[in-house]
Amino acid sequence: MKTAAINSQASTAMSAALSPQESIARLRAAAARLGRHANFMEVCGTHTVSVFRSGLHSLMPDNVTLLSGPGCPVCVTSQGDIDQLVELALRKDVTLCTYGDMIRVTGATGSLEGARGQGADVRVLYSALDAVKIAIAEPRRQVVFAAVGFETTTPATAAAILEADRLFLGNFTALTSHKVIMPAMRALLEGGSSTGKLINVDGFLCPGHVAVILGAAAFRPVVENYGKACVIAGFEPEQIAAAMALLVEMVADGKPVLANAYPQAVSEEGNTVAWGLVQKVFEPCPSYWRGLGVLPDSGLGLRAPYTRYDARIRFELGTPGNREPAGCRCGDVITGRATPAECRLFGNVCTPIRAIGPCMVSSEGTCQAWFKYQRVSKEGKP
Amino acid sequence: MCLAVPAKLVTCDGTNGVADLHGNRVEVSTLLVPGVKQGDWVLVHAGFAIQKLEEDEAQETFALLGDMAKAAGKEAAASVAAERGFSATTRPDTRKGGSK
Repeated sequence: MKTAAINSQASTAMSAALSPQESIARLRAAAARLGRHANFMEVCGTHTVSVFRSGLHSLMPDNVTLLSGPGCPVCVTSQGDIDQLVELALRKDVTLCTYGDMIRVTGATGSLEGARGQGADVRVLYSALDAVKIAIAEPRRQVVFAAVGFETTTPATAAAILEADRLFLGNFTALTSHKVIMPAMRALLEGGSSTGKLINVDGFLCPGHVAVILGAAAFRPVVENYGKACVIAGFEPEQIAAAMALLVEMVADGKPVLANAYPQAVSEEGNTVAWGLVQKVFEPCPSYWRGLGVLPDSGLGLRAPYTRYDARIRFELGTPGNREPAGCRCGDVITGRATPAECRLFGNVCTPIRAIGPCMVSSEGTCQAWFKYQRVSKEGKP
Repeated sequence: MCLAVPAKLVTCDGTNGVADLHGNRVEVSTLLVPGVKQGDWVLVHAGFAIQKLEEDEAQETFALLGDMAKAAGKEAAASVAAERGFSATTRPDTRKGGSK
């Protein structure tokens, strides 16, 4: 078993080959040294699900809480973006292609699933390139790809747009709501633009597959500028447990650094080819985040000459509105300001079968995870 | 949404590859990982290989996961189960992966 040598200069590779028992023992020993409560946050929906499904929350010491941040792309996508997708899907000439995550999310005018029930041509894809294939095979249809997701997913959209461009496809567009995570992490630490209330976190469980693309170094500013511990983690429960142990140890020692607990996949510089494609096709733009408001440079919009593949331009859609369901506290939930149990709709009128907020719709949403895995305790602590 | 799973490339022709994903053959684009070849381990996300994995590192993860799966099957691992976390919720056949 490799042991980790931590220093603040380089993100240190740490083998995650600790047994879960060892990890939990180290986590508890470090927590005992803390002498106070410590909050950590993960910012990846895949982490959310893995942590809930494995029961890791119940193994946490009482004075350590792992919060779920704005890491589920479906949950942070604005209601207006969803309305525009539904509007497009309902056009007779449009075939709307989407990843499965988006299909049940409800906007002001319904969901893509509902649109399909009304006869809309909505197709669920595994790969963005499949949308290009549909556009080639069905030249009389306008194929629109619902491009959502964080850095892990964006290179696939970039590749699809470049492929459409290479083939001069006139019937392929993307409705882009891609987002980047760093501005959201900064907004959480600085209070965001829609609220002045800071969340109090000691460190972040950093998203492993975003880091595959961006590189471990991308998270260094969180350590250097805000003094928060950052550990890049894989997605198996034992990998997350090891990363949590490391995080709590750093805080207990008063030495927050950046550590890479997922060195199998994450390099210091990331996948420069993939991110190069993203930069070729996209440019930073302001983007609306549920719970955080509009954050500058937190979205990715198509840059010239690829704007001709922008569905908002081709179909003259304008800027999406941002009305959110009445009473829904998803915005507070994904920023760590409220637990699902504190939302009056949770478990009453808002359930996975009839979801009101996106955090209940999405299989990676915090509310659905709470509901499914019965994470309810007297303190409202997960 | 940021799911990605390790898989071994069975064939690779230009940027069109086929990967073995726990016995399933899936088409993957290798556009984002130039230089990979047949037999390489890659991390697959939404139809794209997004990272080449070094085999010994992939195996190291699998070895760990294998131990876990074995431990989960033994009574001796009751302590693991008693910790209410890992073994009870994850089936051995789904354990070989970076993430689900």
